[in-house]
Amino acid sequence: MSQEFKIEIISPDRSIFSGNTDEAILPCFEGQVTILKDHIPLITYLRPGIIEIGKNEKFFTEDGTVEFSDNNLLILATTIQSLKLINAKHKNNMIQEAEKELSTSQISDKQKYILNYKIETLKQIN
Amino acid sequence: MPSLDDLKKRIKSVKSTQKITKAMKMVAAAKLKKAQENAERGRPYSEKLQNIILNLTKSLSEGSNAPKLLVGNGKDKVYLCVVITADRGLCGGFNSNICRLAKSHFQKILKEGKELKIITVGSKGHDQIKAEYGDFIVHKKSFKEKKQITFKEANEIGKKVIELYEQEQFDKCLIFYNNFKNVITQIPQAEQIIPTFIKQEDKNKDKALFYEFEPDEDEILEDLLPKNVSIQILKAFLENAASEQGSRMTAMDNATRNAGDLVDKLTINYNRSRQASITKELIEIISGAESL
Repeated sequence: MSQEFKIEIISPDRSIFSGNTDEAILPCFEGQVTILKDHIPLITYLRPGIIEIGKNEKFFTEDGTVEFSDNNLLILATTIQSLKLINAKHKNNMIQEAEKELSTSQISDKQKYILNYKIETLKQIN
Repeated sequence: MPSLDDLKKRIKSVKSTQKITKAMKMVAAAKLKKAQENAERGRPYSEKLQNIILNLTKSLSEGSNAPKLLVGNGKDKVYLCVVITADRGLCGGFNSNICRLAKSHFQKILKEGKELKIITVGSKGHDQIKAEYGDFIVHKKSFKEKKQITFKEANEIGKKVIELYEQEQFDKCLIFYNNFKNVITQIPQAEQIIPTFIKQEDKNKDKALFYEFEPDEDEILEDLLPKNVSIQILKAFLENAASEQGSRMTAMDNATRNAGDLVDKLTINYNRSRQASITKELIEIISGAESL
């Protein structure tokens, strides 16, 4: 029996990815979650991080909402990019922007937490 | 009776106007295709987001302290209206239709003795509304220099709206935009975005799955609802962009056709008066020759 389930990633302006996979690793707000077939219905949201689909597809996302039901995984993300499309210059720009934002004093703890994750993840990409 | 020269000038000017409207029509047609695609691609996201919110609200227990963005703050006094229009004119009734709908809502709100606040997006709408309701406008925004509206711009407006809401500046928020049905029909629409409007029939459709929530419902909703506001605004933007081009295309098509009719009419006039003057000259010559 196939162990695959359907996965769909949508951003506000287009569909990013759609296909079947047997495993997806998501950077959920409270830690990484791996979804396999027949996972119980789940709704959660993401922090900045890397979405891994199977072995080949990787995406960098800044936020997102996830719904899993009936073996359909739906990821709604506003800012998302395939890792293949991120080059070093772009990456450094994003890190700098995030660090600048982090250094301003008027941000909440939650925003700090999110920004820290963003920087950390971006630094890991190579 | 205009002279031959005058007629000639008029024909020339109408013809050049026709050329402009024809070019505008073609530009609009090309842009329309892109805008339409964008609007269609944006639909699944907002639909699915609404779905998730629906599923979430189903599992929220009654009477729990649900976020205010979802259920409202219990008051019904101050209305915030976001009127989204285009930055350019020459697109038929596009801008006026939105403004007319918005104004009828404003009247109703004021009649009921409620307070009104307006945010205008797009300069054309601002121009039309400020004459009558200028005092109520709290914020105006225009993305004239932006070629294409993306989530970033919509988010800007969304954040502004939420900021005002958190300061308890208003109780309910409506947005006005044109829904793109097809090239000829665009329907001006008013939609409530705060508190989140859930269709009654959807609520009754009971196939609630038991979802696991991580962290818990309230926290997810807190993350989701502000995003939903921005997404609804983005959807309005995209629909509007497609509607604007569609509306402009039809308007310019009509204008081109009218110009064509006018040219035909003027040409007939021109030929007639030319013929008349020739005949007149001939008569003068003949009667001159006869009298000799």
